[in-house]
Amino acid sequence: MIRLTGIERVFRVGDEEVHALRGVSLDIAQGEYLSIMGPSGSGKSTLLNILGLLDRPNAGRYELNGHDVTGLADDELARVRREAIGFVFQFFHLVPRLTAGQNIELPMVLAGIDPAERRRRLDKLLADYGLVPRAGHRPDQLSGGQCQRVAIARAMSMGPTLILADEPTGNLDRHTGQEVMAVLERVHHEGGTVAVVTHDPEIGKRAHRRIRLVDGEIASDERSGDD
Amino acid sequence: MRFPDLLAFAWQVLGGYRSRTALILLAMGIGVAAVVAVSSIGEGARLYVVNQFGSLGTNLIIVLPGRSETAGGMPGVLVGKTPRDLTIDDALALKRSPAILRFAPLIVGAGDVRVGSRTRETPVLGTTAEFIRVRQMDMAQGLFLPAGDPRHSQPVCVIGTTVAAELFGARPALGEWLRIGDRRFRIIGVLAKQGQSLGFNTDEIVIVPLASAQALFNTEALFRVLVEAKSREQIAYAKADVEEILRLRHEGERDITVITQDAVLATFDRILRALTLAVGGIAAISLAVAGILVMNVMLIAVTQRRKEIGLLKAIGATGQQIRAAFFTEAVMLALGGAALGLAAGKLGQIAIGQAFPDIPFTAPWWAVLAAPLTAIVTSVLFTVLPAKRAAALDPVMALSKR
Ligand SMILES: Nc1ncnc2c1ncn2[C@@H]1O[C@H](COP(=O)(O)OP(=O)(O)O)[C@@H](O)[C@H]1O
Ligand SMILES: [Mg+2]
Repeated sequence: MIRLTGIERVFRVGDEEVHALRGVSLDIAQGEYLSIMGPSGSGKSTLLNILGLLDRPNAGRYELNGHDVTGLADDELARVRREAIGFVFQFFHLVPRLTAGQNIELPMVLAGIDPAERRRRLDKLLADYGLVPRAGHRPDQLSGGQCQRVAIARAMSMGPTLILADEPTGNLDRHTGQEVMAVLERVHHEGGTVAVVTHDPEIGKRAHRRIRLVDGEIASDERSGDD
Repeated sequence: MRFPDLLAFAWQVLGGYRSRTALILLAMGIGVAAVVAVSSIGEGARLYVVNQFGSLGTNLIIVLPGRSETAGGMPGVLVGKTPRDLTIDDALALKRSPAILRFAPLIVGAGDVRVGSRTRETPVLGTTAEFIRVRQMDMAQGLFLPAGDPRHSQPVCVIGTTVAAELFGARPALGEWLRIGDRRFRIIGVLAKQGQSLGFNTDEIVIVPLASAQALFNTEALFRVLVEAKSREQIAYAKADVEEILRLRHEGERDITVITQDAVLATFDRILRALTLAVGGIAAISLAVAGILVMNVMLIAVTQRRKEIGLLKAIGATGQQIRAAFFTEAVMLALGGAALGLAAGKLGQIAIGQAFPDIPFTAPWWAVLAAPLTAIVTSVLFTVLPAKRAAALDPVMALSKR
């Protein structure tokens, strides 16, 4: 489904060049559940952003479902993100003035889906993620775990094939973090491809494929049998 | 993104940042209200002057002795030597012009008007029967001066309502006698209330036959001749005829001034229109200031809402959608501000209207149209830069900043 070949990402900070990714090649199949670990600054977020078409590599090739997407224009990338990719962030990034329901609806609003269909999908998402009683609350009235569930529901609202989560439990306590992981794993069980960046080895171990980045290079790529 | 959703999204933003929204609405509103109020004052002044001239009578031409270099000035402000008097015979000669419908020679003086023990100094007008029609005045009671040869006169007079009230109180004035100097006049009519009309309060005058005024003030010279042309189109011909007839009578000398109401009116109209436009324009500058405020606030919003914009892009918003959201917000602010401003301007206009009931304050249509339009255009123009910045924001950078 995804094929990265020789991906380079270089940031220029003043006169210095920071190599965030050095020649990363990676194949991800449909329905995989993988974790990306590594020390801070090793390029995990950068890799995830490139996978999610939020960032462009300086060199290398990115094929998504057989199509080269490295040459697409910004607005075309935005459309691919909208239709096929769901993001979950460490800091949730919910719009504070909107209710949980409105936050979940946002990608569907951007996609121009009509209100009746939106309503139908929203009701299902609220039920799926246990948010029905919280639908009318604003983010500041929700707990961290609830916020992250809203963010996951938002990521799922367009029915993406790829879910990317950058330290989704980094801002949650242990128990809530496990709950959120359970939710993400359900997405995986329903056939979604899930990639999770994490610092927490326990969470990293839950994935079926574990990639370790060091200094922008893939140091190890382990698989364990499906559970 | 569907249009109603765009509106709803902008609406939520406006509701989410209330003090900011209120501030811009206030600035926009003040700008629009200022344009409307100020231009309605200017327009009111213009209409007031136009009405004042209108109340002089239509198709009016004023003939006065002496050559004025500045034709089109006001009769009262004309200065210049008077080489030759205008006489009754000059006036009567005007009958020859086919363009002239009627005319009224005029002598003006001040006299002590007495009834019994009450005395009052009032302006005294000497004129003929035609005067009431040339000036388009009405009678409250009785009749105006009788027609007849202006060189002979009967001892009758017509008085204004204020004069009647002051000299007779509640008693009927009609048929009574009054004295001006050492002459007696019988009151045959009372003028209808008209009030101020170009510096003359017709409620405070006494009108006597022309020959009587000549005797009273011991002069042959006319102060003015008021001429009414047969129609609006005939005004120019009437003016030319007056000039030609009087030139021939004055041995070829052009020693009179002919003022047409149109020319004076047009000058005033032009000046006041320009003035209204100018003050309206100055008020519109406050709208530009409001526009700059919008830009400033929008630029702050781009910084403030960095993460939100980054998030929107991450979940698939295109640059165009981000721009559209900003512009929708700007237009909604402008529309809201314009509506507030129009309402406030209207209220202000009513308030000044009550303070000065004589002046017809009305916002000119161009101001009512231009003020909201300027608000929208400045608002949109000043949003171009912030919207562009927001659309160009790199989502990774926007989201990584905490
Ligand atoms: N926008 C940027 N500008 C400059 N350097 C950056 C930028 N983003 C990331 N980096 C650098 O790239 C490297 C990898 O960063 P990142 O992918 O965020 O690491 P991780 O998520 O593994 O902690 C780090 O050295 C970081 O400082
Ligand atoms: Mg990171």
